[in-house]
Amino acid sequence: MKSILSILTVALFLFSCGGNNNTENNDNKKVSITAAGATFPLPFYNLSFKKYTKSEGTLLTYGGIGSGGGIRSLKDKVVDFGATDAFLNDKKEAEMPAKIVHIPTCIGAVVIAYNLPGVENLKLTNSNLEMIFLGTITKWNDESLKKSNPDIKLPNMDITFVHRSDGSGTTYIFSDYMTKISEIWNKKVGKGKSLKWPIGIGAKGNPGVAGTIKQTEGAIGYIGSEFAFAQKIAYAKVQNSAGNYIEPSLESISAAAKGNIPENTKIMLTNSSNNDAYPICGFTWLILYKEQKYNDRSKKQAEELLKFLHWIIDKEAQALAQQVNYAALPEKAILNAKKILKSITYNGEKM
Amino acid sequence: MSEKITKIILFIASFIIVIISAGMVLSLMSGAAPAFKEFGFKFIISTEWNPTEGKEQYGALQFIAGTIITSIIAIIICLPLAFSTSLFIGEYFRGTKLAKIIGTMVDMLAGIPSIVYGLWGFYVLRPLIVDLGFNAQGFGIITAGIILAIMIIPYATSISTEIIKMVSNELKEAAYSLGATQKDVIMAVVIPEARSGIFTSYILAFGRAIGETMAVTMLIGNTNIIPKSIFDTGNTMASVIANQFGEADGLKLSSLIAIGLILFVITGLINGLGKIMIKQFN
Repeated sequence: MKSILSILTVALFLFSCGGNNNTENNDNKKVSITAAGATFPLPFYNLSFKKYTKSEGTLLTYGGIGSGGGIRSLKDKVVDFGATDAFLNDKKEAEMPAKIVHIPTCIGAVVIAYNLPGVENLKLTNSNLEMIFLGTITKWNDESLKKSNPDIKLPNMDITFVHRSDGSGTTYIFSDYMTKISEIWNKKVGKGKSLKWPIGIGAKGNPGVAGTIKQTEGAIGYIGSEFAFAQKIAYAKVQNSAGNYIEPSLESISAAAKGNIPENTKIMLTNSSNNDAYPICGFTWLILYKEQKYNDRSKKQAEELLKFLHWIIDKEAQALAQQVNYAALPEKAILNAKKILKSITYNGEKM
Repeated sequence: MSEKITKIILFIASFIIVIISAGMVLSLMSGAAPAFKEFGFKFIISTEWNPTEGKEQYGALQFIAGTIITSIIAIIICLPLAFSTSLFIGEYFRGTKLAKIIGTMVDMLAGIPSIVYGLWGFYVLRPLIVDLGFNAQGFGIITAGIILAIMIIPYATSISTEIIKMVSNELKEAAYSLGATQKDVIMAVVIPEARSGIFTSYILAFGRAIGETMAVTMLIGNTNIIPKSIFDTGNTMASVIANQFGEADGLKLSSLIAIGLILFVITGLINGLGKIMIKQFN
């Protein structure tokens, strides 16, 4: 009997420790903002969050746990904002406990990297991409590839497609593009953060895919541009909807966002109609609740959060984005984002 | 009094272990419930893994197959090597400097983190597989199986060595006095005496191969299909969980947890089977 009592005492003690750690909403204390989500914009967030903490004193922490994890964390209300590479569709938004808003932060692209000894400046048409990634052609010296690359001597080599084995916003942007340019892809594979791949081998993360391509002659795959630009890896020029072969660069990526951007900024930028646009790119977003008074959050917390969000879409932060190889937001997107930030409320009042 | 306190502490410690394992099983089961509710028993025998929205469909057979096949390849390669090495260290050259050096190296192999095996496999073993012409890119079931074999050899070896060393000297000396050669002693005394222990060491090694994640993920090719040959790419249960957990939600998350539960059950079955077989031996 006595032993049971002592167990109960220990258990009670353990429980009482776990209880109330979250009383950090004292107004005079320094505010700390926590966020989690997408890994695609991680280099940008790491750099800019650190800079903001240094200049403003607000402690910012970001966990790169993947878009899915970011959405989950916001749903559980354990972060101030989440981050995602694919916007939440209406159905997913309805599953959230309260209304959320999307704030775009920068534009990233997905490049088609390859490893062919002696081959540079590979050009790929939409139908080339479709046939390679669906596995309808399996050799690099296929007639259709020769046709789009008349100046290049393509080797008689097997094509090895390397895709992501983990779920990823990079895969989402890539597959979104593929569904737009290929009817068969749309029917057979579709789009998503992870897919049922018709062919190829999987590798984990951008580093995994890039490493595998570098180590495998005849390999082709897709990689986040921020990663590819920082590495010495060959990537293809891709034919855009205007028929031009475009090399991915910060200019050609931001050209993709020159078109019309809806009020809620929820748009995929793939297959842009702009003549100079690189066709495989997309926004990455931060998501937060429109009504900021939840879970006993203080008004100061909400104010500091808004101040930061205004900063990250502004010039200084956007310049940082370019430093780490993301394209800056176009004027139109910034205007819309500012409008959205203005609509955020605390206890029903605009801030 | 002090005895009572010791008793209480020991009781609490073991009780916590029980609570933790029961809690793990329970949370795995509750997490896996939506997947089994949706797909039923078909989850285990279906090979369809389609995470695309609107067409979601999950089955675990290809991962179960990948896990079992790679582990069997590993144990087949591991068996002769580990057996010979443990006889070498534990009996033939027992107590010599050479045996000590080899024993230390085997223990060192056991201490290498799995990611390092993965890297070595990626940069050394994989090009070798390509050069040998097994397949075009070097990834696959066979590559993963070989790396697993290298990883489990030290486990099997060091446990069987200890067991072999434990065979009583009187028995061996009795055999020698009857005129037996060293080979006769090994065949007629050491192996029969130590077999259940040696067998256990292989079961443990097999169990480790089944749960190994990182090195396998780096080498197996991560394609969610049933491999048609051992040179094909595939995926294992541990590796698909490690790969896809980050972005998973809803039904997919539940399916991954269900795979975790199946892995848990398979490991339990193998350990149970091992115990039964050991009892048979004795």
